[in-house]
Amino acid sequence: MVNLIWLGLIAIGTIVAAVNGRIEVVTEAALEGAELGVKVALGLISVMTFWLGMMQLAEEAGIIKMIARIVAPITRFLFPSVPKDHPAMGAIVMNLSANIFGLGNAATPLGLVAMQELHKLNPDPKHASDAMCTFLALNTSCITLVPATIIAIRMNAGSANPTEIVGTTIFATLCATVVAITVDRILRKIYRFRGK
Amino acid sequence: MLTTIINEISKWMIPIIIFFVPLIAYLRRVRVYESFVKGAKKGFSTGIKIIPYLVAMLVAINIFRASGAMELIISLLNPVMNLIGAPAEVLPMALMRPLSGSGSLGLATELINTHGPDSLIGRLASTMQGSTDTTFFILTLYFGSVGIYRYRYALYTGLIADAAGILASIFIVNLVFG
Repeated sequence: MVNLIWLGLIAIGTIVAAVNGRIEVVTEAALEGAELGVKVALGLISVMTFWLGMMQLAEEAGIIKMIARIVAPITRFLFPSVPKDHPAMGAIVMNLSANIFGLGNAATPLGLVAMQELHKLNPDPKHASDAMCTFLALNTSCITLVPATIIAIRMNAGSANPTEIVGTTIFATLCATVVAITVDRILRKIYRFRGK
Repeated sequence: MLTTIINEISKWMIPIIIFFVPLIAYLRRVRVYESFVKGAKKGFSTGIKIIPYLVAMLVAINIFRASGAMELIISLLNPVMNLIGAPAEVLPMALMRPLSGSGSLGLATELINTHGPDSLIGRLASTMQGSTDTTFFILTLYFGSVGIYRYRYALYTGLIADAAGILASIFIVNLVFG
């Protein structure tokens, strides 16, 4: 699936650019994309190093297990395949709370820690596990309570009430999360039934 | 009021973690400095590991964005937007949202500045930007960090949730501000 989408983006993009008579933008865009990819990855190294250090401390101190145990009633429903006080649960909870409170800098490294923990439980290292799919469903749909960047942009544009969109944003993001959890459940059953 | 409380929590959360995690660890007889360094060692390799995945995906997305293929899809989808009560101006942003975070933020900024932050379009763009995260980026990054190529159904879930977020934004903004 990802192979087809990847090819589609490149092939359609190149053909449309050629038809539009702007074939030269393809080269430029490709190199720009490569540069951006490396920049983002390198930029993550500092925060990754810091948060991986903190997470190691938290794990050795038993804090991650404690968090995992506190949220067990919810996570048992969402992640039935993960043992209830596995460190993955603690990392998932920390990633989601960092997202909710808009700590983008911390959210990504914590999410990557969660993925590494989930990967330890993954029987097939090339395929996404059920728990990973659920985690990413939550992660891509559930986002910050206070969208600070948008509020700042609205403020700069001279809004009479820059924060008035907080309520509508929370509603929209909640809808997306509920849909994500539901669709994840349904697809999980279908894929398991088909043995994929 | 609620916004202020949430902002305060956001401001305090990381300092609290930075203060309490090493302290609790020390009290539980963890060799804190050694333990931190042991964990931190994996930071560099993780960062390097995701480079090929991110480059692959961002190159494809960038070519698609720069080519004008987006405009083609937009002209096809415009009638649908009118049908569900959304101004056609927000369509490019809605389509960009799952592909590129900075791209959709750029489009949102443009809409807010052109139509005014307190216009229906401005409010809709603001709400849409915050309603979901950048699905393609998250999947590439997270799966890449553990070397997974087969996403199974994760992308479908992400994209359906994105669509739900966009539709919910249109519905609620029309209801509250319309």
